[in-house]
Amino acid sequence: MSDLETTSAPSAAPSAGESGPPAAHTQLKKVKKQKVLLMGKSGSGKSSMRSIIFSNYLARDTRRLGATIDIDLSHVKFLGNLTLNLWDCGGQEAFMENYLSQQRAHVFSNVGVLIYVFDIESRDVERDLATYVNIISALVQYSREAKVFVLIHKMDLVQPITREDVFDQRAALVRRKTAEAVAIMHKAKPELQQQQRLPTHPRMTSPTLEPDIDLQLFATSIWDQSLYKAWASIIHDLVPNLAVIETQLASLGVAIDADEILLFERTSFLVVSKWASREGDRNPYGDRFERMSNILKSWKHTCSKYTGTPRNAEQFSDFEYKMGTTFSMFATKFTTNTYILVCMPPGEARFNSAKLNVAAARTWFKFLDGPAVPAAASIPGAGGVMSSPHMIAGTPSTYAADWRMAAPSD
Amino acid sequence: MEFQVWDFPGQIDIFDNPNFTFDMDAIFGEIGALIWVIDAQDDYLEAVARLNTTILHLQRSYPHINIEVFIHKVDGLSDDYRLDIQRDVTIRIQDELSDQGIENAPVNFHLTSIYNHSIFEAFSKVIQKLIPRLGQLEAMLTNLCRTCRFEKAYLFDVNTKIYIATDSTPADMASYEICSDYVDVIIDFTEVYGSWPRSQQWRDRLEAEPWCQPLEDQVACEWAESGMVLADARRPIMLREVDRFLALVAIMKEGSYDKMPQINMNVDVVVKGLTEFFEITKPKEAVVGAGVVGAGGGAGTSGAGPGNGATTGAGRMVTPGVVQG
Repeated sequence: MSDLETTSAPSAAPSAGESGPPAAHTQLKKVKKQKVLLMGKSGSGKSSMRSIIFSNYLARDTRRLGATIDIDLSHVKFLGNLTLNLWDCGGQEAFMENYLSQQRAHVFSNVGVLIYVFDIESRDVERDLATYVNIISALVQYSREAKVFVLIHKMDLVQPITREDVFDQRAALVRRKTAEAVAIMHKAKPELQQQQRLPTHPRMTSPTLEPDIDLQLFATSIWDQSLYKAWASIIHDLVPNLAVIETQLASLGVAIDADEILLFERTSFLVVSKWASREGDRNPYGDRFERMSNILKSWKHTCSKYTGTPRNAEQFSDFEYKMGTTFSMFATKFTTNTYILVCMPPGEARFNSAKLNVAAARTWFKFLDGPAVPAAASIPGAGGVMSSPHMIAGTPSTYAADWRMAAPSD
Repeated sequence: MEFQVWDFPGQIDIFDNPNFTFDMDAIFGEIGALIWVIDAQDDYLEAVARLNTTILHLQRSYPHINIEVFIHKVDGLSDDYRLDIQRDVTIRIQDELSDQGIENAPVNFHLTSIYNHSIFEAFSKVIQKLIPRLGQLEAMLTNLCRTCRFEKAYLFDVNTKIYIATDSTPADMASYEICSDYVDVIIDFTEVYGSWPRSQQWRDRLEAEPWCQPLEDQVACEWAESGMVLADARRPIMLREVDRFLALVAIMKEGSYDKMPQINMNVDVVVKGLTEFFEITKPKEAVVGAGVVGAGGGAGTSGAGPGNGATTGAGRMVTPGVVQG
């Protein structure tokens, strides 16, 4: 084990050059704060959603939650150098008016993401949309760059057959309203929009009247995995240096001969990044990532009940599962903020060396965890990783023999 | 092993019905257990009265039938109140029975609810009473627990998550819950990753250099095996499938994850023993039914584990090959 780690260092060094100057790394490691606004009508399920994703509530526990009064601020540490400032805004009309008038600048400035929740069961759709349009206008006014995610929530209450139609219909409506709201803002205050844009994007001086807001819609329900799907893509857009993570993961995957690798965030168990081999891509379960989040999350819940530890504490550190000649998989605590799940072809030797390789690869992913490391002492190259995994993977048979012999005699 | 469940409509009195006459022998002649469900949140006096007449009928003609009373829907009630109800029902039934001169009737009471695992637990206990030579199964598991220092071991029926046997330490709800949820997790993973066929190239590549072995020879165990370490490094959980329907799930003691190889070996032996056990009991079912005490109990395998000091006691693992007859 130990010699493997030492050999890896020099071989990885030359690759550091091609991945870019160290300045890029220091930049990658800066602490990022993202302001996330969570808005929607009262009772549409904002706080329930938040509790499930970030506080490990079970869906049925959320009925204990009362109405959110004013704004509920929470900081979620996410992957070390990303902190989410989650503004859970109470949705009663009095509050809403307040946000749009007195606190307008305070609430809507510097927003990274707006998550707007629509209740599909709501009676007064017109009114909901009117509020939504107001919110969008305010957002366009103060934070042009913000991304908007619209969640059409409580889809479980719609008949499964009509679900898709209902969603499409509503989605079209929301898109139209958004476009209108943006267009109105452009017309009403062209000078404002110019001012806002000029300093950041000098070349975009010709004001396009196209609604250029970044909008994504999801159908969600707290009773199935659709919630995880929506949040995973929200998170996916927020995570900094995602490209680096993905290339690293891919080279790890190739090195250990895996079929699929998923990287989970520790508290929310959302899939941050994923990689699949060609064979792994053939998996017919397109929704498997949300499913994994869902499964592992409810498992965590069982564990916390069993061990009597708080819900948010870590519940397991290692998991392995070998399904005869079909596949084997393991999940393990990877870096401080992440878990990794590796699904691979069967075979004892392959499995054991992959486990060791993943452990050895940990250092290359350390940068996921935080800004603390000075640039010089840090990652040897973002792209050219994984020389040590090759070491073990290259000699599978001897390695396996070692392991077999070692086991009974120690 | 096969069980049939007959679900009876509650509103029909099968013993005294003017419209139909039921063939009593067809209904009760072959059954092993009668489950009677009482709604604890309702006025149960009438239900208890009818249960009493049923028990009296059955005791006269089919005294071998176990009567299991599920006091159901207890989730909404406080702990004290549940026990009160159980006591009340028990006393009413026992009084009635002793008035009729029946002592020691096989009547058991379970508090159940569908909102937690109690219903599974209750069903497990019912099923266990019907398994021939349950003692031997239990002895095997107890032996395994002692030698490998397991805290608790369950033999699960994977589909229903009913446990058909456990070791002799007192069963607690918490360990059952975590074990059955673990089975759930495994099932879910299997569905996502194990239920679709892999391509031939994939297989060819895996069997080529440097492995040079068919895939079957590269794996240690044909069935599913799995382990998980909880975060505080205490009490790892392990699972091993015995066959398509049964899985052995055990909670281990602190720190035993390092000794997995030995434990795996011991588990191997037990699994082999279990397989033999079920092979032996299967053809003899009919004989057991006829009331002959079968002579071929457990599995006569005695496997020598890696005999050394690493795990105290994990050395020789003898599955219960005890035969009394």
